[in-house]
Amino acid sequence: MSKFEAGTFDCIVIGAGHAGVEAALSAARMGASTLVLTMNLDMIAFMPCNPSLGGPAKGIVVREIDAMGGAMGKVIDKTHIQMRMLNTGKGPAVRALRAQADKVLYQQEMKRILEEEENLTLHQGVVEDLIVEDGEVKGLFTQVGAVYRAKTVIITTGTFLRGEVIIGDLKYSSGPNNQMPSIGLAENLEKLGFDMVRFKTGTPPRVNSRTIDYSKTEIQPGDEKPRAFSYETTEFITDQLPCWLTYTAPRTHEIINENLHLSPMYSGAIKGKGPRYCPSIEDKIVRFADKSRHQIFLEPEGRNTNEVYVQGLSTSLPEHVQRMLIESVPGLEKAEMMRAGYAIEYDAITPTQLWPTLETKKIRNLYTAGQINGTSGYEEAAAQGLMAGINAAANVLEKEEVILGRADAYIGVLVDDLVTKGTSEPYRLLTSRAEYRLLLRHDNADMRLTEIGYKLGLISEERHDAFLMKKQQIDDEITRLRQTTIKPNEMVQAIIQETDGSDLREPMKAADLLKRPEIKYNQIERMVPPTEKHSEEVEEQVEISIKYEGYIEKSLQQVERMKKMENKKIPENIDYNAISGIATEAKSVLNEVRPLSIAQASRISGVNPADISILLVYIEQGKIAKVSS
Amino acid sequence: MHFDTIAAISTPMGEGAISIVRLSGDEAVQIADKIFHKPAGKKLIDEPSHTIHYGHLIDPTSGETVEEVMVSLMKAPKTFTREDVVEVNCHGGIVAVNRVLQLILKEGARLAEPGEFTKRAFLNGRIDLSQSEAVMDLIRAKTDRAMNVALTQMDGKLSRLIGGLRQALLETLAQVEVNIDYPEYDDVEEMTIPLMIQKCTWVKEEIDKLLRTSSQGKILREGLSTVIIGRPNVGKSSLLNSLIQENKAIVTNIAGTTRDIIEEYVNVRGVPLRLVDTAGIRETEDIVERIGVEKSRKVLKEADLILLVLDSAEELTIEDERLFEAVSGMDTIIVINKTDLPRKIDLVRVKQLTSNVKIVTTSLLKDEGVDELEEAIAGLFFEGNLEAGDLTYVSNARHIALLHNARTTIEDALGAADEGVPVDIIQIDVTRTWEILGEIIGDTVQDSLINQLFSQFCLGK
Repeated sequence: MSKFEAGTFDCIVIGAGHAGVEAALSAARMGASTLVLTMNLDMIAFMPCNPSLGGPAKGIVVREIDAMGGAMGKVIDKTHIQMRMLNTGKGPAVRALRAQADKVLYQQEMKRILEEEENLTLHQGVVEDLIVEDGEVKGLFTQVGAVYRAKTVIITTGTFLRGEVIIGDLKYSSGPNNQMPSIGLAENLEKLGFDMVRFKTGTPPRVNSRTIDYSKTEIQPGDEKPRAFSYETTEFITDQLPCWLTYTAPRTHEIINENLHLSPMYSGAIKGKGPRYCPSIEDKIVRFADKSRHQIFLEPEGRNTNEVYVQGLSTSLPEHVQRMLIESVPGLEKAEMMRAGYAIEYDAITPTQLWPTLETKKIRNLYTAGQINGTSGYEEAAAQGLMAGINAAANVLEKEEVILGRADAYIGVLVDDLVTKGTSEPYRLLTSRAEYRLLLRHDNADMRLTEIGYKLGLISEERHDAFLMKKQQIDDEITRLRQTTIKPNEMVQAIIQETDGSDLREPMKAADLLKRPEIKYNQIERMVPPTEKHSEEVEEQVEISIKYEGYIEKSLQQVERMKKMENKKIPENIDYNAISGIATEAKSVLNEVRPLSIAQASRISGVNPADISILLVYIEQGKIAKVSS
Repeated sequence: MHFDTIAAISTPMGEGAISIVRLSGDEAVQIADKIFHKPAGKKLIDEPSHTIHYGHLIDPTSGETVEEVMVSLMKAPKTFTREDVVEVNCHGGIVAVNRVLQLILKEGARLAEPGEFTKRAFLNGRIDLSQSEAVMDLIRAKTDRAMNVALTQMDGKLSRLIGGLRQALLETLAQVEVNIDYPEYDDVEEMTIPLMIQKCTWVKEEIDKLLRTSSQGKILREGLSTVIIGRPNVGKSSLLNSLIQENKAIVTNIAGTTRDIIEEYVNVRGVPLRLVDTAGIRETEDIVERIGVEKSRKVLKEADLILLVLDSAEELTIEDERLFEAVSGMDTIIVINKTDLPRKIDLVRVKQLTSNVKIVTTSLLKDEGVDELEEAIAGLFFEGNLEAGDLTYVSNARHIALLHNARTTIEDALGAADEGVPVDIIQIDVTRTWEILGEIIGDTVQDSLINQLFSQFCLGK
């Protein structure tokens, strides 16, 4: 095929899924001329699995993306069918927002945002190979021979790399939802020397809402209170659709046990490693045989469709068995299956091949983000896309790279985990992966990250001003409560009694009274009203900052200690093989990960404290044993 | 952690006139300032470097004076480690120095690993790199050996016990995590505050038991709890005074558990004694009269050593015989006092009442027999198995310090639970407890929580 020159860009993004769109938007908005190449323009920001965004940890990531100027939060705020705040009965660190999306509206809205972005070109095309010279990416060409030159390239190909769909004994080459897989690019990445792993994920069947007997299920409505992910959202959707809850029946379990031999999971047809947090129904019933039933959530896929996602029934059993399974579930006896569930296997690159900027170590100026890096989830993908886009643009514009720390954001935890520890299964964020989750809250994502986004040019002046004002209000109110004394009088005792708290015996600072578990900000506010009523967001942060001061302080001390280790940088050209004393196993993993700091090195499994000590000696002495060429 | 503040006893263990606890690290001066009080009230942080100061160590929690000390202040970089260094010079003997060390560890320093001061000196460029290979080997060997010592010295039972506690905590944590990460899953029991309190209380009690049963640890920490009993006027008070005069009481203390009992510490031939109810003895009141039968029985029961004083010049009374009954089966030394007076006591009967118990005769008035008594005490304790200054002590002290830390964090968790703090916040302290216990057995793999999560619960979409 003859090739032709099709254009030159600062940054090319391959793929327009959740990682691709955030990568393209952040790069373009920072000032890099950006091209997005996607196989199918109608599939931008498509949700091939759950029609849902957010939830514990992930919801906080959406807030973080928004605080740094990303699009995900704004788009879901405009296109959801319901929203719920989860864990409201628990502590402030684990509150999380989750939205059910209208899949189609979400895609349309995201596509529109991309189309309107000035510095961004959107084009349909299938990438065949990268152009690499002297270990540096220079561009790429597509199946039709179009050559695009670029200073940086970001690959966000999701589950498309050598994707294979599996249903029962049927296995065929395919991307998710019967889209075209990406085979040429996968082979070429392997040729370039990337280490690839094979992962597996899956999705449940969809049924027609018209054929569901909802009377046998429990309604799961959204919150009445208006909710939003984005700090910029001012208009709220009030017309929400409910989800529905039902359960597997004894018959469901029998069907699975009778047909287990037909499951590709158990017959050995699937070799890819699947995620433990997202097991198929076969897995759940085999591994937890003592559970008499499992929950099934029925989630509408949008406002203009009858398709309903059957959450909890993820499976790769043959279609006829899937039909029987569906019919065995109360409420779904007569349900029409519109699409069968399936498993999909795909290639991912081992993420320890990346720097914390998400640039590959093998090829300069090449970045990868999203499921290709071994993660799972739209939010995890979007977060990486955002960071890869920022760093690619920073690279082009010769600005400083941006690496978020584990105490800055869940995004920091995600990236650090990936590039430091790698992953042996599709990686999902969990709150338990964060050491400092009291610092990484839903409510304070803006406090943590807006300033960073603003400095990168991803946050508008207007929004930044509003942020500064909010910050000032929070600080002022905290100071006021620390200085204001509440005296025991009738009004005060009456308010305390509403909470079943014990009477105030002596005058006390308002902040100290707020530390009582039963007292809320709104009660303090009534005892000692501020000159002007604050917004709920301000009140929430004032309350959390004061109430959990002791715990927050403890976390901050831990962070401070870790910072010293983070600040001990390891020179990029260090030759671990030349350092005697480091254990062989440690040498091998250090060579693979090439950590940037002592702290990062200490998080690598296989590196023990003695190795770290020896490493420190070399660095502290400023004498790198030998410099690798 | 490589840049925290470390502390260790830097003089040989055993009986010197002075022992030194050395602190090194960024927070060395701050930690010292938390506990060190100069008569003039000036803080170390405001003092010039390389100066020495007199004052007292006061436990900030209890307000109790722990030691009278001299403190050397050496600020970075002209120090052995090139970090801020504080050296606390205290009285010699195991008890004093150990109390000082424990206090410092409680206030935020970490017990140094063997050779860690030298390692830091090296890391900070204090030692010449020409010996780099040798030092590297040393670090490797010391770190590995410390680990081996820590692991091999711990008997398998302790390791299993701690492993069991950690597993219980891990399951609790996994349950909290699953409630957070999968809030809608109904087949997972909610980890409620009462449930959390139940689990944490159990763990706390087990840690307490461990601290109690590790008798050596307890003795090093608290001294050998010693009770002097006997009828009025048999010479309890004289015995107490002679023990204290001979050995110089180290500290006066009001014990937290039984508030009305005053205790004093003495060091008898390297054996730390915690003399219980010294006030009662001084006032020549009987412990039973003073604090009641129940409490005194408890005190006796908790004692490690009982000195039962008899009057040589009087015949055995019913009261004496009751005391024999009360102490049967316990580590006891019989002190037959007043040998300067004509003997009336029936020694054969005494021997009948006490099989296998050491008997010492004294005339405290004439200062006779005290040496013999002290030897008996030391003999009972050492039985040839405590070697001062070896690694047994170091690694045990490490375990004790860690167990104490674990106890503090689990208590924090319980306190928070009592106050109604949300479970996922309490969980911070529970996680910390789990980590600290892991440090004892050398196991702190973070991923275990996530593995537990997925093996314990059925999750997914």
